[in-house]
Amino acid sequence: MKQLVSLQVNGERHELYVPVHKTLLEVLREELGLTGTKHGCELGECGACTVLVDGEPILSCLTLPVEVQGRDITTVEGLASQGVPHPLQVAFAELNAAQCGYCTPGMLMSAKALLDRTPDPSPDEVREALAGNLCRCTGYVKIVEAVRLAARRQQGDLGTVVDEIERALNEGVVREPGA
Amino acid sequence: MKGFEYYAPETLDAAVEILARYGEGAYPVAGGTDLIPKMRYGHVAPQAVVNLKRIPGLNRITSLENGGLHVGALVTLTQLSREALVRERYPVVAHIAGKMASAQVRNLATVGGNLCNAAPSADLAPPLIALDAEALIVGPEGERRVPLEHFFTGPGATVLGPGELLTAVLLPPPQPHTRAMYIKHAHREALDIAIVGVAALVRLAPGTATCQGARIVLGAVAPTPIRAREAEALLEGAPLTEEHIAEAGRLAAQAARPIDDVRGSAWYRRKMVDVLTRRAIAGTRGEGGDLT
Ligand SMILES: Cc1cc2nc3c(=O)[nH]c(=O)nc-3n(C[C@H](O)[C@H](O)[C@H](O)COP(=O)(O)OP(=O)(O)OC[C@H]3O[C@@H](n4cnc5c(N)ncnc54)[C@H](O)[C@@H]3O)c2cc1C
Ligand code: FES
Ligand code: FES
Repeated sequence: MKQLVSLQVNGERHELYVPVHKTLLEVLREELGLTGTKHGCELGECGACTVLVDGEPILSCLTLPVEVQGRDITTVEGLASQGVPHPLQVAFAELNAAQCGYCTPGMLMSAKALLDRTPDPSPDEVREALAGNLCRCTGYVKIVEAVRLAARRQQGDLGTVVDEIERALNEGVVREPGA
Repeated sequence: MKGFEYYAPETLDAAVEILARYGEGAYPVAGGTDLIPKMRYGHVAPQAVVNLKRIPGLNRITSLENGGLHVGALVTLTQLSREALVRERYPVVAHIAGKMASAQVRNLATVGGNLCNAAPSADLAPPLIALDAEALIVGPEGERRVPLEHFFTGPGATVLGPGELLTAVLLPPPQPHTRAMYIKHAHREALDIAIVGVAALVRLAPGTATCQGARIVLGAVAPTPIRAREAEALLEGAPLTEEHIAEAGRLAAQAARPIDDVRGSAWYRRKMVDVLTRRAIAGTRGEGGDLT
């Protein structure tokens, strides 16, 4: 069974004729060519496929496109505005919060939803918000730091990478080698 | 995933009609967080999938005249955890709803889906049973109410007949001098299924430490969530002393009928029922633990 669906993705409307059993993840990647959203476990457990629907993070691998018609879908491709990367993207790059990068789009989307709701989250709030995004590379420390750096910059505090590392050392989030 | 007929009815009557017409072959879908992975694995291959999210009113939480709460089946875990009425009247429910799965899953997953999926480990079941919640069911024959305690009939099985839907969970008004606690024991806090879950609810006689009423409900240690009635009976009318609490733990462990599986052995689960029952009861007195 195919169905006509109308999706609003990153501000653009798409009318598509898709099989009803294709997930939003498959439609984003295969029909719309938006391959930033990653295909991980497809079981709801890894968060690589996280997108925002009306600003809230959901898993595109567990969502049927027909169910999100008329709602505002944001993928990682919609994070930068007019070619300027989102502060989260800048902070992730500066702090090496992405290694292989596979978890990064999902992390960024969960983090964006967090910052939109909680502009200055504590490390625990960041960890809780990202608990559904698994990373096999970084060990998460850099990711938590990057989210907090982006948060402070968004609030107009132009923290530098050095500031952020010093603050992380002071808070005991990371330790100096041998300390 | 195999193909299926997809329906998104806009009234309860239409949903019931479609479900009744297909019988066993039709599956309602709410958040899809249990159903879609099962379809992916090929555990189920529905002929028809009936999306319930277009039916108005099913996603609302409303206060009842008697001071209780009507929680629509399509209320998400996120809504349940944030709703002020739930946080004030039944903090034990709001607390676990905000801890289950992950933020992304909680935005999709619903109360009705958690209960109708009927996993023995479903985290909402023990606290809701402890609160004497009822299931509101609508089907071809009309509406009926079933105490949530009797809603589950086996792993993945409930009293719902062909064409029947869970429309809401009804919570009785909160009782004075009553506190409840649910402890979920799992390998990690997020994204994990309970190895054992224990809910304890204790009502004290005003100004005393004498228990007037108790519920001890166990998850993930029997084919369905179960009440440990011997443990409840022991506590009722008795002072909440260390000895009584320890005895209640032993009786709860005896009531458990756990199995060995990847998450834990039957032996371990039974031991943990004893430990967690004691902790949960003590927790309702505000002694240690994460009181809710
Ligand atoms: C990564 C991950 C983590 C999870 N963590 C937890 C956890 O910590 N604790 C926990 O308890 N569960 C957990 N779950 C399981 C699941 O998310 C919950 O059980 C959730 O509440 C199911 O709700 P849903 O709306 O997604 O159900 P759906 O998948 O939509 O439905 C589940 C079943 O119930 C039926 N159904 C749904 N609504 C109704 C209704 N109103 N009337 C009749 N039948 C209905 C469907 O046909 C289906 O068979 C997890 C799942 C995933 C994928
Ligand atoms: S691909 Fe969706 S959660 Fe893993
Ligand atoms: S950077 Fe490789 S999985 Fe996170």
